[in-house]
Amino acid sequence: MTAETLEAPSAAVPAGTPPHPLREFWSYFSANRGAVAGLVVIVAVLLMAVFADVLSPHSPYLTNNAVFLKPPFWQEGGSLAYPLGTDAIGRDILSRLLHGARLSLVIGIVVVAIAMAAGIVLGLVAGFFKGITEIVIMRLMDIVLTMPSLLLAIVIVAILGPGLMNAMLAVAIVVLPHYVRITRAAVIGETSKDYVIAARVSGAGTLRLMFKEVLPNCAAPLIVQATLGVSTAILDAAALGFLGLGAQPPTPEWGTMLADAREFVLRAWWVVTLPGLMILITVLAFNLLGDGLRDALDPKLKR
Amino acid sequence: MLRFILTRVSLVIPTFIGITLLAFFLIRLVPGDPIETMAGERGIDPARHELLRKEFGFDKPVLTQYGIYISRVLQGDLGKSIVTRESVISEFSALFPATIELALCAIFLALAIGLPAGILAAVKRNSIFDHGVMGLSLTGYSMPIFWWGLLLILLFSVQLGITPVSGRIAVQYYIEPVTGFLTIDSLLAGDFGAFKSALSHLVLPAIVLGTVPLAVIARMTRSAMLEVLGEDYIRTARAKGMAPLRVIALHALRNALIPVVTVIGLQVGVLFTGAILTETIFSWPGVGKWLIEAISRRDYPVLQGGTLLIGVVVMSVNLLVDLLYGLINPRIRHAR
Repeated sequence: MTAETLEAPSAAVPAGTPPHPLREFWSYFSANRGAVAGLVVIVAVLLMAVFADVLSPHSPYLTNNAVFLKPPFWQEGGSLAYPLGTDAIGRDILSRLLHGARLSLVIGIVVVAIAMAAGIVLGLVAGFFKGITEIVIMRLMDIVLTMPSLLLAIVIVAILGPGLMNAMLAVAIVVLPHYVRITRAAVIGETSKDYVIAARVSGAGTLRLMFKEVLPNCAAPLIVQATLGVSTAILDAAALGFLGLGAQPPTPEWGTMLADAREFVLRAWWVVTLPGLMILITVLAFNLLGDGLRDALDPKLKR
Repeated sequence: MLRFILTRVSLVIPTFIGITLLAFFLIRLVPGDPIETMAGERGIDPARHELLRKEFGFDKPVLTQYGIYISRVLQGDLGKSIVTRESVISEFSALFPATIELALCAIFLALAIGLPAGILAAVKRNSIFDHGVMGLSLTGYSMPIFWWGLLLILLFSVQLGITPVSGRIAVQYYIEPVTGFLTIDSLLAGDFGAFKSALSHLVLPAIVLGTVPLAVIARMTRSAMLEVLGEDYIRTARAKGMAPLRVIALHALRNALIPVVTVIGLQVGVLFTGAILTETIFSWPGVGKWLIEAISRRDYPVLQGGTLLIGVVVMSVNLLVDLLYGLINPRIRHAR
C-alpha cells in the first residue's frame, strides 16, 4: 500500500529527471536522526515480539516460589538465571517483558486498524455526502472528543466488562474522531480538484471515486496519524491495564505488570521500573517515527 | 459579537444532549437489570423492585425514560451512591475542589516552565538547548504518567524521604474548608504547619499531572514562535534597529501566544484524563480516584453522574475558551 500511495504524487511533478518518490522520501526521512532512531527501536521491539518464545529464558507465566522478588543479575542476590530479576510470585521479568512487547505491538496495530477502517469510511461518507449526514457524523465525533479520553474509555469498558479485547475496542472508539476528521478534511480538499471532476465526468461511480481516486491521495496524513496513533493506543491500553480494566493478570501486559508491582515500590525497584521503561521507549519511538514521517510526507514543509 | 456568542452557545446543546445520552445509556447497557445494578450486590426484594421500576420509569418507553432522566438532571438530581447512600452531586462537589487544586497547580507548573523553554528554544533554534528542550518534551509527551508517578515516589519519597507518599495533608491537621483548596484554606486559618504539609503533598502529584501539558505547551510555543519570527514585520522591527529582546517580547510573543492559548484550553480534557491516573497513584481524594473506586465497587450511579458532571465541566470550559478567544481575536469572531 505504501509504495503505491507514495508514488501517486509523482504524477504532479513536472518532467525532467525527478528522483524516484521513494528515494526522495528516504532522503528526507533519513536526514531526521530522531526518526531513524525511532525506526531502529521499533524494529528492535518488533524482533523482541516475534522471537519472544526463543529469547525468553522462562515461560512468562511460570511461577517459582524459590525466587520471590529476586533482583537483576548485577545486584547482590541476583543471578543470570533471571537476568532482570523476578516479580512477587517468582516469574521471570525478562520473559514477561519480551511477551509484553508482543502484546503491546498487537494492541497498537489492532486499535489503529479498527479506528482507521471505521474512521476512513465515516470520513469519506461525511466528505462526500455533506448535508445532514455530515453534520450528524461530525457532531458525534465532537461529543467523543469533548469527553476526557480515558474517562470515555473507562465508561466503555464498564459497559463491556474489563479485558484486553474490550479495552482495545474502547481505545479504538476514543481515537476514532481523529481519523474521521483527517479523512474528511483531506476529502474536501481533494474533491474540488480537476482529476476528481475528470473521473466523475468520465462516469466513475461514487464508490470508485471515494476509494480509488480520492482515498489514495489522502494517504499521507493518514499514515502519519496511524503511526502516532499506535503510540496513543499503547499508552491508553497500558493505562487501562494499570487501572485493572485492561488485560487481566496473569497476562504479561506492561500496564498490568505495573499495577501488580505497585505495592512493591518500596522494596523492589526493578518490578516497577522496567515495564514502565519499556512503555516509554516504545511510545517515544513511535512518536519520533511519526514526527519524521510527517516532515518527510508533508508537501507544505518540503523545500 | 452577540451573534458569535449565540452561535457558539447553541453549538453546545447537541454536545450536552450527547453527554446525557451517554450517561443515560451507561446504566442501561451494563449487563443485567438496571434496578439490580443500581441496588448493588445486596440485592432487592421483589416488591421494592417493582416500586423502583415504577419510580424510575423503567416500565415506560425509552424516550419517556430519557425525558424523565433529563428533567431529573436539570433539577440537579443525579441519583444516590449505592455504597454511601449520599447524593452523587454532593459527593462530587465535596471532592471536586481537590481535583481543581491539583489541576491548577499542574497547569501553572506547565506554563511556568513550558512557555520560557519554548520561547528560548525558538530563539536559539538548532542550538543544543533547542534540541534538549525538544527531546525532553517529546519524552514528556510519551510518558506513561502512572509510571512516572511511581518513579517519583521511588526517588523522592522512598530514597530521599522528602515528600509524603499519598494523601492531601498529614492526618494531624484539620482545616475548615472555605475555598476547598487546602493550601489556601490553611493560610487563611494561619496554620503554617498545615500549609507546609499540604504543599509537600501537592508537589509530586502536580509534577506528574503537569508533565504532558508542559511538553505540549513547550512544543506549541516553540513552533508558534518560529512561525512568527519568520514574518515580515519581525524583519522590519529588526531592520529599524529595535533591541532583539524587545522584538521577541513585544512583537513576536504577543502574536505567538494566540495558538498557545487555544492549546492550553484544550488541555482541560487531558488534565482530567491525567487526574484519574495521578489521583489513583497518590491516593489524592479527588473526583478521578472517586470514579475509579466507583468502578471497582460497581457503584454505577456514581459512574453515571460523575461522567455527566465531568463531561459538562469540560464542555463548559471549552465553550469559555472559545468565547474568550473570540473576544481577544476579532478574526475568529467574524469568520463564518
